[in-house]
Amino acid sequence: MSKSWVNSRVQSLQPSGIRKFFDIVAQMQDVVSLGVGEPDFPTPWHVREEGIYVLEKGMTTYTSNAGLLELRREVSRFLAEQYGLEYRAEDQILITIGASEAIDLAMRTVLEPGDEVLIPEPSFVSYAPCAILAGGVPVAVTTTEETEFRLTPDALEKAITEKAKVLVLPYPNNPTGAILERSDLEALAKVICKHDLLVVSDEIYSELTYGTKHVSIASLPGMAQRTIVINGFSKAFSMTGWRLGYAAGDSEIIAGMTKVHQFTIMCSPTVSQYAAIEALRNGMESVKKMRNEYDLRRRFVVHGFRQMGLECFEPKGAFYVFPSIKSLGLSSEEFCSRLLQEEKVAVVPGTAFGSCGEGYIRCSYAYSLSNLEKALTRIGRFVKRMRQQS
Amino acid sequence: MERKLLEILERNSRISLEQLAAVLEISEAEVAELMAKLEQDRVVLGYHAVIDWEKANRELVTALIEVKVTPQRGLGFDNIAERIYQYPEVTSVFLMSGGFDLTVIIEGKTMKDVAMFVSQKLAPMEGVQSTATHFVLKKYKQEGFIFGPDTKDQRAAIWL
Ligand SMILES: Cc1ncc(COP(=O)(O)O)c(C=O)c1O
Repeated sequence: MSKSWVNSRVQSLQPSGIRKFFDIVAQMQDVVSLGVGEPDFPTPWHVREEGIYVLEKGMTTYTSNAGLLELRREVSRFLAEQYGLEYRAEDQILITIGASEAIDLAMRTVLEPGDEVLIPEPSFVSYAPCAILAGGVPVAVTTTEETEFRLTPDALEKAITEKAKVLVLPYPNNPTGAILERSDLEALAKVICKHDLLVVSDEIYSELTYGTKHVSIASLPGMAQRTIVINGFSKAFSMTGWRLGYAAGDSEIIAGMTKVHQFTIMCSPTVSQYAAIEALRNGMESVKKMRNEYDLRRRFVVHGFRQMGLECFEPKGAFYVFPSIKSLGLSSEEFCSRLLQEEKVAVVPGTAFGSCGEGYIRCSYAYSLSNLEKALTRIGRFVKRMRQQS
Repeated sequence: MERKLLEILERNSRISLEQLAAVLEISEAEVAELMAKLEQDRVVLGYHAVIDWEKANRELVTALIEVKVTPQRGLGFDNIAERIYQYPEVTSVFLMSGGFDLTVIIEGKTMKDVAMFVSQKLAPMEGVQSTATHFVLKKYKQEGFIFGPDTKDQRAAIWL
């Protein structure tokens, strides 16, 4: 055995068991997939056209470290108009390479070795690794279907120790589709303030809520100073490949994050930044259209799972449903790999998002109705067979 | 509700009652009733498929004809438009603003068919002052649908 050059921290990041399952999916042909976490719509044409125009003009130099001031101004206006948030473009907003980079920067900027980071689960996969790489210690806080996968003040209170410093607030949630409403946030804010926590609020799905408008915790009295709002263009504007997002918060924290960003990234992609200005200025109609389309599919899929006799929590945000498969007596991973082998449908085991995701599967509805229908037919057939066997 | 139903049907009228009921969160009976009413009120005029006839190997030429007409006292353009749209080969008739009055879209088997229609039926019609016929060479997009192969889903099958 030769020695490993990879440090222990990186080694400690588990490439989850689910990796194997993913590799099988990647090699299979003709899979009907409900497995992806990105929109199926192309970026709105006017935004792509702006990108083309910028390339034609040769506007391909670096921008300022924090991002184009013009873009930060648009972000500032957008956050104010949509969520009533007030951030100065000059020193309270940083343009990043997707929400992904913003999550990493937030952890690296605020954590001291050993600081605990509270992470409600099930949730997106990058919070814990980013916390670990920044020297922090992730602490999972379980959310359950009984409370609509909302983080409750009780569960939060119980998870807090002396070392707790950061609370990640991943709502609207991937993979459950759960949201938090104003009253939930107000109750949580009390606990957060009492224990003097900093909130990293990942609001990447904020434009994709159905029936209620998204509320940012930073809009509550006294919360702006202790919240880093993270958002971006990937989901709302269907711009995943452009790699652009942002963080907004207290100027001291944003200055710190900008420092890290400056040394590791220099600046976010220039063409994407110009395209994002166009998206914020003229893209809200497209956002609305896509939201309406998702909403339609959402109802269709929830109905489909309930028809199969599976319990399916009604998601109010993002573009995922998280039906329970507990009644079938299979583990999430078993369910997913057998569904893949037997019916060629790819969905993601709930356990990919934390161990409390056991008994659930994540299905994305960022697909055409006909694709969804095809997938639901196959899943329905599979579920029926499993029932007969058990 | 009505608006939403119409928007869905406009894009895909083949969606089932069951699916409509799920998506609109009302019962199937209510959907059926609403649709019947919209049809009766002539809000929904009909349902059809958008077809790439070229791909289906059917010979078909489409022409767009600009028509200038003399409006009639008391009747305006309605009377003449009606006389034009009665012809089964005419698929659309629109009253226009600007340099001419009516856009007439016509389909025929050959260019000759279309030319015959214009010279023998449309041009001599009382009230028609002039016509200008433009043949469609290639269709790229019609009623929101793009001609040609489906775009492939470029996304990986699975992604967190
Ligand atoms: C909850 C959540 N946060 C962040 C991201 C990353 O988004 P971005 O493309 O902006 O890096 C994703 C992407 O799937 C996500 O689901």
